[in-house]
Amino acid sequence: MEFLYNLDDSMIEWSRAQFALTAIYHWLFVPLTLGLAVIMGIAETCYYRTKKPFWKDVAKFWQKLFGVNFAMGVATGIILEFEFGTNWSNYSWFVGDIFGAPLAVEGIVAFFMESTFVAVMFFGWKKVSAGFHLAATWLTGLGATISAWWILVANAWMQCPVGCAFNPDTMRNEMVSFAEVALSPFAIDKFCHTVISAWIIGAVFVVAVCCWYLLKGREQKLAVESLKIAAIVGLVASVGAALTGHQSAARVAEVQPMKLAAMEALYNGGTDQSLTGIALINPFAQPDYENEAEAPLKIAVPYALSILATNDPHGYVAGINDILNGYTKPDGTVELSVDEKIERGKKAIAALAAYRQAKFASSDDGSTAAAQLQVLQENMPYFGYGYIRDKSEVVPFVPINFYAFRVMVGVGCLLILFFMVVLFFLYKKDITAAPKWLHWTAIVMVPLAYVASECGWLVAEFGRQPWTIQDMLPTWASVSNLQSASVIVTFFIFLVLFTTMLAVEINILLKQIKKGPES
Amino acid sequence: MKKNGFWHRAFDLYYDGFRSMTLGKVLWAVILIKLFIIFVVLKVFFFPNFLKENAEEGAESEYVATELIQRSTNLNTY
Repeated sequence: MEFLYNLDDSMIEWSRAQFALTAIYHWLFVPLTLGLAVIMGIAETCYYRTKKPFWKDVAKFWQKLFGVNFAMGVATGIILEFEFGTNWSNYSWFVGDIFGAPLAVEGIVAFFMESTFVAVMFFGWKKVSAGFHLAATWLTGLGATISAWWILVANAWMQCPVGCAFNPDTMRNEMVSFAEVALSPFAIDKFCHTVISAWIIGAVFVVAVCCWYLLKGREQKLAVESLKIAAIVGLVASVGAALTGHQSAARVAEVQPMKLAAMEALYNGGTDQSLTGIALINPFAQPDYENEAEAPLKIAVPYALSILATNDPHGYVAGINDILNGYTKPDGTVELSVDEKIERGKKAIAALAAYRQAKFASSDDGSTAAAQLQVLQENMPYFGYGYIRDKSEVVPFVPINFYAFRVMVGVGCLLILFFMVVLFFLYKKDITAAPKWLHWTAIVMVPLAYVASECGWLVAEFGRQPWTIQDMLPTWASVSNLQSASVIVTFFIFLVLFTTMLAVEINILLKQIKKGPES
Repeated sequence: MKKNGFWHRAFDLYYDGFRSMTLGKVLWAVILIKLFIIFVVLKVFFFPNFLKENAEEGAESEYVATELIQRSTNLNTY
């Protein structure tokens, strides 16, 4: 992509890969922290209500594993912010004010709330009352969840920029409504779906550890009682994830229809759309969506996509070609074709250049700047399209979205079934005498649940390509004018560092699991 | 500082807690090593603030404007 101001083409891909690597690694710790927080909170609540020392041991055991994971996850997210400043400097400047507020709140909350209550939770068993300790345990989890809220607010803004206005003098998007940014419906849906899916990870982890104890014939009481908590949390969270996932899909259909079309490999949309169960899509190449009517060997559930996207079996869902060529929404509004958006985007950028030139020229009396500012404001919603050369560039890579979505949903359904089976054995049979395949399945479900969780992020992030900020800035305008060599070096440093840290964490976790509770 | 006062009890919580750590000592060692690598090695040597290094102080908006406008121009004249 030499045409891009001598920008090193591989710089874009390496920067993306590095960001993805860091985010995927960070996301290994976060969901387990959020999920274990719920389990340990419930266990300690049982202790608070019954005053039985057994429950204290249970709570302390899960808190210990929570502590290991928490310690390993500390500061892994900071690296993402470093990457913003170095690799994505245009983007960072462009969004600075919008990102600044949520991230500052997150930093303050995370530091003060979590550091205070984590300390009380670990050090305070003999120092504070049982009630205060219980509150500290729940507040530790709440602090982590609130942190997640602010990070997800920032992420949601990139997917659906609201509550902001672009200032051509400072070249930044400036917040005009904190409430609109912090409480955007997109952020709320994302938060609910993400946090609930994190509870599943915590539940699956606890079920797996308990089943391992049952396989080894030890810690049976702890295992059975913890299983009761984890299986219920897991089932409720799995069903909740399905419901919030539906809500998220409806929101995506509204604000990022291209992402939904890519997830579904829906080339040509319409009403009464069926949801693809499976289809034969080459995982390594973009499908020929312009010429194919639909993905080959498609097996689909009638009307289900229309229901998913619009809550109406006859609802209209736009396909890739509809979005590229423009379409009329059911409410009568016309969605412009991508070619028209490209023209508007070019106008916006040209107006920005002319505005800045007029603004800083002593000869202008202000009228030229004012006129150009108006053109810019009229076309600002399409600003990012000014960087699009060909309309095909706004189509995300379909195979990744298609398969990642199916893995996420497939494993999610499997988890619902799995937790139901565990509960059946817990309440209708004897889980300690359950067949070994169930216990081994529980252990296998841990990596599967993680894969599903990461797939959720793949859909969220690959699905919005090429945009770093939806419709405003594509990746190739966001990236710094660096040479890729430096990014490649840090990519491999991270790879080694993260792999080492992960090995250390898994090693410490396994040792603590083998050691068991300290009674 | 009163022995039963809030600040004494808060100090005591952390002091006793850190002193009696077992697994915590390992975890803190891991955290400190990690923080050193992240903030001292990575941040200083590999992750400079690009705009601070490439744009004049106070002229970052000008730099970003030039970048964004020229990228579009080059793209469209290609």
